[in-house]
Amino acid sequence: MSTSGLARRIGLALAAPLLAIVFSLVITSFVLLTIKANPLDTFQAMITYSGQARVQTLIINSAVTYYFAAVAVAIGFRMNLFNIGVDGQYRLAAMLSAAIGGNIVLPGPLHVLVIILTAVLVGAAWAGAAGLLKVRRGVSEVISTIMLNFIATAVIAYLLAPGKLAVSTAGSNNIGTRPIPASGQVPGIGLVPGSQDKVYGLIVLAVLVGVGFWFLVNRTRFGYDLRATGMSESAAVASGVDVKRMVVYSMLISGAVAGLVGIPELVGAAYTYSLDFPAGLGFTGIAIALLGRNHPVGIALGCLLWGFLDNSSQILNLRDVPVEVVQITQGVIVLSVVVAYELVRRYRLVAIQRDVARQLASAGSTVQGASA
Amino acid sequence: MSVVSAPATAPAGGPAPDRPRRLAGWRRIAVGAAILIVIMSAIRTITGAGDLTSSGTIGAALGLAVPIGMAGLGGLWSERSGVVNIGLEGMMILGTFGAGWIGWQHGPWAGLVAAIVFGAVGGLVHAVATVTFGVDQIVSGVAINILGFGVAKFLATTLFVGTPGGGSTQSPQVDPIGTFSLTGDLLKPVEKHGWFLVSDLAGILGGLTTQVSYVTVLALLLVAGTYLVLWRTPFGLRLRSCGEDPYAAESLGVNVYRYKYIAVVVSGALAGFGGGFLAIVAASIYREGQTGGRGYIGLAAMIFGNWRPGGLLAGAGLFGYTDAMQLRSEDAVHALLLLICLGLLAMAVWLGVRRRFLTAVVALAFGALFGWWFLSSDTVPSQATFATPYVTTLLVLALASQRLRMPAADGAVYRRGAGR
Repeated sequence: MSTSGLARRIGLALAAPLLAIVFSLVITSFVLLTIKANPLDTFQAMITYSGQARVQTLIINSAVTYYFAAVAVAIGFRMNLFNIGVDGQYRLAAMLSAAIGGNIVLPGPLHVLVIILTAVLVGAAWAGAAGLLKVRRGVSEVISTIMLNFIATAVIAYLLAPGKLAVSTAGSNNIGTRPIPASGQVPGIGLVPGSQDKVYGLIVLAVLVGVGFWFLVNRTRFGYDLRATGMSESAAVASGVDVKRMVVYSMLISGAVAGLVGIPELVGAAYTYSLDFPAGLGFTGIAIALLGRNHPVGIALGCLLWGFLDNSSQILNLRDVPVEVVQITQGVIVLSVVVAYELVRRYRLVAIQRDVARQLASAGSTVQGASA
Repeated sequence: MSVVSAPATAPAGGPAPDRPRRLAGWRRIAVGAAILIVIMSAIRTITGAGDLTSSGTIGAALGLAVPIGMAGLGGLWSERSGVVNIGLEGMMILGTFGAGWIGWQHGPWAGLVAAIVFGAVGGLVHAVATVTFGVDQIVSGVAINILGFGVAKFLATTLFVGTPGGGSTQSPQVDPIGTFSLTGDLLKPVEKHGWFLVSDLAGILGGLTTQVSYVTVLALLLVAGTYLVLWRTPFGLRLRSCGEDPYAAESLGVNVYRYKYIAVVVSGALAGFGGGFLAIVAASIYREGQTGGRGYIGLAAMIFGNWRPGGLLAGAGLFGYTDAMQLRSEDAVHALLLLICLGLLAMAVWLGVRRRFLTAVVALAFGALFGWWFLSSDTVPSQATFATPYVTTLLVLALASQRLRMPAADGAVYRRGAGR
């Protein structure tokens, strides 16, 4: 009974994402057929291309960046809080920590630590504002974080100007913060064999954040309160959880992790926050958190899938297929995965009801009672 | 029709049954608008920032308010039926693409229809996910934003590369839609003289009545029509009842699913209309990233307007106005600081009379801050103007959340027969 139950649980947990991925591949195939491209050849080309060590490094690097964004979103999701503002939080955090990192000189590890701490604090502050507005003034965090995203854009545009925090980059009309000196840079790790390119050194931090997230949610009282609030706020209140404090704390933690999103790129490759610093990763994080079911391992797999789609699609340029087709794939995955989770949830409810009914029936007919 | 022109033509008539209350409401708005215009013209006279009430600014504001208002109206339909629609931005993007694609081949009006259809398709996807499958509405909305962006980008690359003047990020030119002028150049001389109040009224009237796109008129009719349909018909009552208490509506025989479907599809169509306006009227071209977050500003305008069409109109007008100021004149933006300062000081006095001293002191402090900003600087950074709609929305939500009332069952998942 219990082993088959476990097998069914795992099967059901995997069913939804797999269903969504298959469904999105079907849709993508249709899209490809409409522009007279062979879907199988296209997928084959992407997979072959991702076999190159260089591309694999890119995929992992993308995944590291996405991981922070998705975990930041997932912390909120676990208690039904929507941190749509990861986007603004990480951009502001990356910009300010880049500005500070480029203007100080400190011995090696300490310099990096200052950059990371700045990012964490800025991210937490920007998200914490939304948390405070929610508990003090009853403002929905969905709306306030969206507004804070745009306000962050304005603040960045204001500060990232010559004479304020920016200097012009030599040989281009791009501007950015003063480059971070060598003591604040984190060397890459040669993780992929046979490649000159290196994986961001802060992949270590991503792993730590993943483990920390798992520990926090599953092994601490805070995490228990977090999950309890997410499942039923009224029940959590009845059992003594201070929901308002939980809202503020989880927004602070979510923002702190969000602050890290831009840091691997900042201290590992770019060394400056310039006008072309990647934007929009907060929304990628939302998509991946949904796909990975807010679970640290699920999110990691989702990040690799996203990294694969984003990077291996570059080959499509050579095959006269618009690269943008993977954005359709990603959009369909997000939408269909939430539908699939909902369907699986309903199926599970029905299955539980059926099991209980069966057990009650057998308990009634035999004196031995239920053996589950 | 719009809030600004209300004082000139204060409507005397109204539906008979609730005449006293409605008149009072309109009269209050009219008096408020009149006071606002007097203060604005005073500030214009003092600071010499002619663009504050020039016909150019008002005309630009009207044009910029339309897409915001249409997105907000879309949000209004959806949320009145109890479905939160964060996906307005994505639906709007689909609208801009549809307008560019059909518009350059079959003319601007066909493009507008295509924009509406494309937006409605986005709305339909949202409806299927949230109503039929009961997916969380925020999640579905975010997914639609991602999907709308991706689909438009993909289709643009596929369909616009190799067209005359088109490319992967923009469509070929779309023919312009006609405009009309009621007053022509009649008011121009009056406006030019800079007389206190008279020239300002001439500027505002001139801006609202010259070179107005037919699509703008259509948009204003849609706002009025929405009010009539949602608040003055049995259909509207049933639709709103789905947003207030779907189970009560169900018990009265309302097909809640159908009403939510209609509302969300209309919502997408309106957002698409807003996108179409951007592509056809504002730019004569589809361009990637054209919406620039206006779907979200529309949502903000709707919240600012307390989930009501009149308030939404005021919100869209305000945000369109700040947008126009940002584009037109630094002096005028700087003069607005004085307006904000005076407004906050007036609020402080009013709060003091009401014996709410703590809030009064906060208002006073901010008023003083804006006054100091006005006196100590010559210009306002353009980013501050850019941020105005968002900061305003946050402030309104933070300070007036007790007076806002969203539909009671907004955002709640409803399943037929499930009970509470």
